[in-house]
Amino acid sequence: MADTSVLADAAPRPAPTSLLTAVLNRVVIAVPYLWLLFFFLIPFIIVFKISLSQTAIAMPPYTPVFGLDTLWEALGELSFDNYLWLTEDPLYFNAYISSVVIAAISTFLTLLVGFPIAYGMARAPSAIRPTLLMLVILPFWTSFLIRVYAWIGILKPEGLLNQLLMTLHVIDEPLVILNTHTAIFIGIVYSYLPFMILPLYSSLEKMDYSLIEAAQDLGCPPISAFWKITFPLSLPGVVAGCMLVFIPAVGEFVIPDLLGGSQTLMIGRTLWNEFFNNRDWPVSSAVAVILLLLLIVPIMIFQNAQAKAQEQGR
Amino acid sequence: MKSLGSIRREFSPWTDPDAKPYIVVDKVTKRFGDFTAVNNLSLGIYEREFFALLGASGCGKSTLLRMLAGFDEPTSGRILLDGQDLRGIPPYKRPVNMMFQSYALFPHMTVEQNIAFGLKQEGMPKPEIEARVADMLKLVKLTQFAKRKPHQLSGGQRQRVALARSVAKRPKVLLLDEPLGALDKKLREETQFELMDLQQNLGLTFVIVTHDQEEAMTMADRIAILDKGEVMQVATPPEIYEAPRSRYVASFVGNINMFEGKVGEKRGDGLAIALPGGPTILSETGGEVPVGSDVAFAIRPEKIAVSSRQPAGGANVLEGEVYDLAYLGDMTVYHVKLAGGQVVKASALNASRISEDPLSWNDKAWISFRPDAGVVLTR
Amino acid sequence: MSGSWTRFNITSIVLGFAFLYLPIVLLVVFSFNESKLVTVWGGFSTKWYGSLFNNKGLMDAAWVTIRVGVISATFATILGTMGALALTRYTRFRGRVLFSGMVFAPLVMPEVITGLSLLLLFVAVGLDRGFMTVTLAHITFTMCFVAVVVQSRLMTFDRSIEEAAMDLGATPVRTFFQVTLPVIAPAIVSGWMLAFTLSLDDLVIASFTSGPGATTLPMKIYSQVRLGVTPEINAACTLLIGIVALGVIAASLVNKRREVQRVRDEQAAQRG
Repeated sequence: MADTSVLADAAPRPAPTSLLTAVLNRVVIAVPYLWLLFFFLIPFIIVFKISLSQTAIAMPPYTPVFGLDTLWEALGELSFDNYLWLTEDPLYFNAYISSVVIAAISTFLTLLVGFPIAYGMARAPSAIRPTLLMLVILPFWTSFLIRVYAWIGILKPEGLLNQLLMTLHVIDEPLVILNTHTAIFIGIVYSYLPFMILPLYSSLEKMDYSLIEAAQDLGCPPISAFWKITFPLSLPGVVAGCMLVFIPAVGEFVIPDLLGGSQTLMIGRTLWNEFFNNRDWPVSSAVAVILLLLLIVPIMIFQNAQAKAQEQGR
Repeated sequence: MKSLGSIRREFSPWTDPDAKPYIVVDKVTKRFGDFTAVNNLSLGIYEREFFALLGASGCGKSTLLRMLAGFDEPTSGRILLDGQDLRGIPPYKRPVNMMFQSYALFPHMTVEQNIAFGLKQEGMPKPEIEARVADMLKLVKLTQFAKRKPHQLSGGQRQRVALARSVAKRPKVLLLDEPLGALDKKLREETQFELMDLQQNLGLTFVIVTHDQEEAMTMADRIAILDKGEVMQVATPPEIYEAPRSRYVASFVGNINMFEGKVGEKRGDGLAIALPGGPTILSETGGEVPVGSDVAFAIRPEKIAVSSRQPAGGANVLEGEVYDLAYLGDMTVYHVKLAGGQVVKASALNASRISEDPLSWNDKAWISFRPDAGVVLTR
Repeated sequence: MSGSWTRFNITSIVLGFAFLYLPIVLLVVFSFNESKLVTVWGGFSTKWYGSLFNNKGLMDAAWVTIRVGVISATFATILGTMGALALTRYTRFRGRVLFSGMVFAPLVMPEVITGLSLLLLFVAVGLDRGFMTVTLAHITFTMCFVAVVVQSRLMTFDRSIEEAAMDLGATPVRTFFQVTLPVIAPAIVSGWMLAFTLSLDDLVIASFTSGPGATTLPMKIYSQVRLGVTPEINAACTLLIGIVALGVIAASLVNKRREVQRVRDEQAAQRG
């Protein structure tokens, strides 16, 4: 196996170890490493490869591009047709754009909703903070699908929200919320709120409140103290939270599918339809490759933040 | 019979030319990347000795201890225990045990289980383990806490569990890494004597790492002072204090005054040192130092007398004025500024309640000391 | 910093928690609705729970989901713990950067991409889609969450207790099983629970990688939801929520009791 060499100098810190220990040390690294290589990295290579092949009506519905032996031969036959197809049909371009826009707006809204909650929690009496934290995490343990489903009953024209508003005579006609962008925003904000609150809370909770008192003591009014002290210090949490919401939201499928109605274009849904309805595997692979390219920068930012947090934890 | 300090020692194998050290550290060097933690270090530790490694943090003392325990291997050089080279022997096969600075008690085991852990590893039969654990619990006075977990104990109790656990296997050598560092001052002083008794009763060899000079002075038979991975001096506590061999050791342990000057002339076994600006100091030691070399005459504050009147006759009388003073209760510390600008610290024991010769700030004062009260340092 | 209740705190927390919990509460309430119309209250009834248990498709799907969850969470816990050990204990081995990338990336990877890529892998190696492939897919994406949970515990782990064990004569292997593993066990258990819940919850990856005979509960619910909201689905959801909530609350109560006990013990220890 080519990858055993990868682990050659994986020596642990205590110097003297028996042969058995040395072997076990390698196993600890090798097993998860090889697993992820096989089930995470190689699949991406396959996706990339298939995105370059022709659609065929067979099972699997694509023409195999190459085996290893015919690699060079096959390179000449690689087809960028799928990518050309993506650029020719404005459907895909629009779907990418609208995914990014919807994800960005939702991320911003999640930040707006999440920040006051995280701030309130971080400033609550310390005895109750663990309970509050648990209450934020609790909905995360209940099914994502169920939480999205719950909103259908609330938002539909004869749903609970409209019933309430009409009973209160705020409106006479039911509002159309379900199957609009608004419903998607609500769905994303609702589903991803814990991901925003948790990193925000942990960076706000670590912050020393006497910094604010010092700023006020030096003549800074509370609002301006917030923008000059609290917010900059919570930026690592803001970045982590935004990335945790934005990245999965771009590729979101369930929320646009259930709340967004048929006219909503989002790329996760386009990929799903391309795959399950049109059975066009090469095109859906191409869609996935481009989506991945789109997300590489935010993912790198996220990785970087993770690595930094890890360094500080040491 | 005269002796350095006020203690006469019965146990002193290092003065016996036939005695062989039990632990031999032979030209050991340890590097971590570019950093040299221990540099070509050699020393010998005798059986049943209480040996202290003293130094500031980063001096290499803990690295040396970890090499004795087997957690780190020397980059070069060897370590012998009872004649056996320890290279390549993993920590779990070495007949030494360590007491960790953090105590490193297993949080998921009771006091009993913690103490029994090492005995179980060597496959001791169950009844023997039980008997040994009971002995250990009695030794550290924790019998009624046997079923408790570490988090249910106070700091002092945890320290004693760690101690019991590390001596339960009757190791040839016990290594102690800042064993009292986490205790408060009062408890620390009590525990020092307990540790010394324990070492005496069990007849073990103790190697202790500490940055607290008082702790080392109180407990150890001999102290090795380490700096930047090298041994500066190995000696008994009185020798370290009264006969330091370098400026570093002299100023590392306790307070000291250094008179820097040049050797003017020899006087029998001693010499006269010319200070810059005129005055001369006489010393009864240091006769081997050649005339003209740069030396320091190092003297402890308590060996300098301060007076408002010029003492009659005698050598080593210097004039100055009281620059600062601090009344500490049991003694008073004077800072006297000499004519040349040097500030000398002198301390006087307040043996009587009423002083015959009170001094105040800016008073004229004379300091004086005997020619055998200090040492001549060339390094 | 002890903090305090201010008007701002209370308002933001109350509104925030209302937003988080109201939809779930409404969903649960309307599962007891007599009427077939989910949003019109027609009196209390538990009849939808009865019909739920007679719905063989749903029950089969639930059974598949639980089996997938238990198996995948177990393997994911083993692999994720190994991965966490590799990341924290071995600071340099070739390919470490790639490795940590592969551990962290799945946390944020859009599920459609993970699902599609895994499916294409299974097709490429000729593995028939079904129970096995869903389980493999779930192991892969949940092991990364386990790795993160266990890793954060390992980073605060006091290595000197391992050295103490070795110093007392335990070989590295024994040290791991007698000292390291028991101490990090709580993190491993919560890693397992997280993996199990994620597997229970997953729709997208399961839809891609599953085949005939291995329909999971979320897939079943999804296909019914697309047809419209029914009280029966509300009932199914309520049961799921109930199980998870009971588990989480029980776990946190146990934790809390242990914590209280610990604090009390420590105070007792301080006194004498």
